[in-house]
Amino acid sequence: MFDRRLVQNFDWSLLSLALILGFLGLVTLYSAVTAGTQAPQMEYYKQLVWYFVGLIFLVISFLFNYKTFDRWGYIIYILCISLLVGVLILGEGSKGAMRWLRFGFFSIQPSEPVKIAVIIILARYYSKHTNTAGLTLRELINPFLLTIIPFILIVKQPDLGTAIMIVLIAGSMTVFVKIERRSFLYLIVSSIISVPLVWFFLREYQKARILTFLNPDRDPLGTGYHIIQSKIAIGSGMISGKGFLKGTQNALSFLPEQHTDFIFSVFAEEWGLIGSVIILIIFLILIIKGLNVAYRCREPFGTILSVGITAMIFWQVIINIGMVMGLIPVVGVTLPFISYGGSSLISVMICIGILINISMRRFMVE
Amino acid sequence: MSKYLQSADSDWYKKRLTGTAFLVFAVFLVLIVRLFYLQVIEGNELRRLSENNCIRLQSIDSPRGLIFDRNGELLVDNRPSFDLSIILKDAKPVEHTIEKLPQYIDVPVTELMSKISRNKGISSYTPILLKQDIGRDALAAIEVHKYDLPGIVVSVKPRRHYIYKQSAAHLIGYLGEISSDELKSGKYSGYRAGDYIGKFGVEKTYESLLRGKRGGRQVEVNATGQVVRVLRTVEAFPGHNIYLSIDYLLQKKAEELLEGLAGAIIAMEPSTGQILALASSPAFDQNAFVNGMSHEQWDSLISNPFRPMENKAINAEYPPASVYKIVTAIAALEEGIIDANTSFHCPGYYKCGNRIFRCWEKRGHDKVNVVKALAESCDVFFYQVSQKLGVDRLAWYARACGLGSATGIKLDHEAKGLIPTAAWKKSRTGVGWQLGETLSVAIGQSYNLVTPLQTMTLISGIANGGIRYKPLILRKVETAEGEVINENNSEVTGKLPVSQRTLEIVRKGLWEAVNKKRGTAWIAHVDDVDISGKTGTAQLVSRTGSDDNAAIDKANKLDHLKPHAWFAAYAPSKEPQIAVVVIVEHGEHGSSTAAPIARELIMTYCSAPNQPEPEGR
Repeated sequence: MFDRRLVQNFDWSLLSLALILGFLGLVTLYSAVTAGTQAPQMEYYKQLVWYFVGLIFLVISFLFNYKTFDRWGYIIYILCISLLVGVLILGEGSKGAMRWLRFGFFSIQPSEPVKIAVIIILARYYSKHTNTAGLTLRELINPFLLTIIPFILIVKQPDLGTAIMIVLIAGSMTVFVKIERRSFLYLIVSSIISVPLVWFFLREYQKARILTFLNPDRDPLGTGYHIIQSKIAIGSGMISGKGFLKGTQNALSFLPEQHTDFIFSVFAEEWGLIGSVIILIIFLILIIKGLNVAYRCREPFGTILSVGITAMIFWQVIINIGMVMGLIPVVGVTLPFISYGGSSLISVMICIGILINISMRRFMVE
Repeated sequence: MSKYLQSADSDWYKKRLTGTAFLVFAVFLVLIVRLFYLQVIEGNELRRLSENNCIRLQSIDSPRGLIFDRNGELLVDNRPSFDLSIILKDAKPVEHTIEKLPQYIDVPVTELMSKISRNKGISSYTPILLKQDIGRDALAAIEVHKYDLPGIVVSVKPRRHYIYKQSAAHLIGYLGEISSDELKSGKYSGYRAGDYIGKFGVEKTYESLLRGKRGGRQVEVNATGQVVRVLRTVEAFPGHNIYLSIDYLLQKKAEELLEGLAGAIIAMEPSTGQILALASSPAFDQNAFVNGMSHEQWDSLISNPFRPMENKAINAEYPPASVYKIVTAIAALEEGIIDANTSFHCPGYYKCGNRIFRCWEKRGHDKVNVVKALAESCDVFFYQVSQKLGVDRLAWYARACGLGSATGIKLDHEAKGLIPTAAWKKSRTGVGWQLGETLSVAIGQSYNLVTPLQTMTLISGIANGGIRYKPLILRKVETAEGEVINENNSEVTGKLPVSQRTLEIVRKGLWEAVNKKRGTAWIAHVDDVDISGKTGTAQLVSRTGSDDNAAIDKANKLDHLKPHAWFAAYAPSKEPQIAVVVIVEHGEHGSSTAAPIARELIMTYCSAPNQPEPEGR
């Protein structure tokens, strides 16, 4: 029954990376929510609990064979979609956005597990349809529908950041399994044509919102101001940083959402270039390890699944850090492991669990 | 034929994965370069900016829209208020600065310190408000000694100013600070704590028009908090100006007439539904709300037995009393129960079963037809008629006349009133409808409740030939530059259930009520203007029981049980220009108290220079 090779093949480095990043996240969150007050706030203790809950989920995610995800793909997908529909009907939220579903004493943000569900369902589909010539338009209809449904539901909440995330993950997976050349050209040309057409039909205020999104300077009292403050925070860290709990931008609440979307600014201010580069390198190692899992896996579902998971971590890191440094428009995307939030932490822990799972069962291919 | 990739160890996947890895490296390199740029190349400059948090946001408040009357008379504007705040970070030492303040403003040190300690935990760069509206003299003194008072800032904010104290208070309403519940409700996006919003009346209804759009600027400040450089500015947009439908002179007259009384007056243009005056007495001082009210002030407003905070014209419900006879007459005529010539004999009482129902005129009215019954308000005539009509048919007509439901005026908390039916009573009390109760309903003395504004809908419908207009309080909306963006057009909500014949009969009755010596409103008769109207005296003690009339008569003499006085009128009788409804709480008789008030108001309106010459001169 129990195969010794499972233990031999266990990927301790992936687990260690998750532990290190989780630890860094807690340290940064401690600073972000303690600054300017005497004692750490509730958020810190809550996150500590989520961290351990996340570890349990991580372990569960590698205990059974990942092929189960293949078989249960549609059920997981439908379950997650119904949670999203549930949010729109009975959801709770703040600032006019409905993102939360309340279950007794805790609430979850269904858009987080939906990301994993989309990765699983696409991996399942592509593992059965991929060929060296690439996918034709006809073969892309299904993946398109599977992506657009959660996309629309999440845009409705509205949570633009997560919706964009889903498109990026699905897009990366699709490009990875290759689109047939003529279809690819066709897609590109038609999207180039449709952009001005869509623009023409948008209302004035919608155009204004998109322009502000692309250029935060148009909103100097809101996003534009946040970006300036974030850049000041990061830059003022200089090479060695101001030191733990010494960040002033953070302490004086000049940073918006300093414990969620803008947490990297807090980190960069306190730990400087040295700390920031180290954390980037840790993320880089994690992503390369994820690709390596895909590389060594000897069957398509596992390969594509690991690519999807790696794509998710990659895009969240790039978009979040790019955004706080003023490289990318501001969208609400969390930094994996570091940002405050139970749903996002548990999702990423599950993702690491799945990677470990694929990695330790790579010998099991018939 | 391409091959499906089901096999393990596919080199095809491996090639693609290697390519992906290179892409990942490249993107991470971009991030690291950007970090290097921010933290090393721009590091010194950004560190300097962070040191005293040079970049701050300042809010620019948008001036709230002004409110005018229909002729452009300014009723509400904004005046500058000088608000004194302290920025803790710049005020070092804080105690030192605070100790000097009482020289300039009349607030003890302890109170100032408690204001500061209440704001513990907020950023030391955020100004803490110490005193609002310090006045020009204090401002001048503080500006002179600015360098003695580090960290003290005086900001100018527009503040609402209601020019005529207590005038049209219920209609215009007032502003108050936004509550945390309102902030959380999601209805007020773009608002922040400390903002003032309309809480009552027009200020509340048209909040979104009046508000405008807040602006702000990004500034760089030096170590003492002074602005060195304005980085970006977003201009504030002033709110729209509103022209109400009321005529201020008429409004003022209405308020003078109600002075010392509890009650309401409404004047309306019957041909458009535009409200010309809407007064409720006693009123309150709107400016007291803007300046922040003390607990004592608020308690005295709330505990005042005459309910100054209530807009009696739309929020209060009263028995309609004899004004309701208009409805009963319409129903009987339309249902063919009577015609213009049908007469009954009134001996001063009416016997129904074993109970005696009195007419207000103990001597009786002798032979009465419908016109005379309206003019002299004969109860017995309507008792007779109501027996044939039944309560439910009567209720249908009352509803069709606009009674018992909100008129849709754009003001909060409009009361609905109540039109009883047999089914309503059964479900409410469990007891079936009694025949005798129909008699009381017919003269407006039973469960029926109406608001003065509903009565206005009825009387102006009679005046304008049977059309029910939605009462309008807004005439037009202009941008601050004077561009008209919205003119309020009349809105028909229904028709009175009357034929022209019936209407002529009712109008004749209302004309005789004022213009015949025996009419109940003879007191309102004037030579200059031809007025028609109907009085009402709403008994607070039941008149239905015949058992102890003496006791009832006695109770009616007590101040708090005295009947309410109604008068609903329009003028001139042909092609009416104005309809007026007056209610005076405990005013005893519609004829003696309410009718003269309406007469005065109509006189004022018709003698105003900008009004067309009244007919019948």
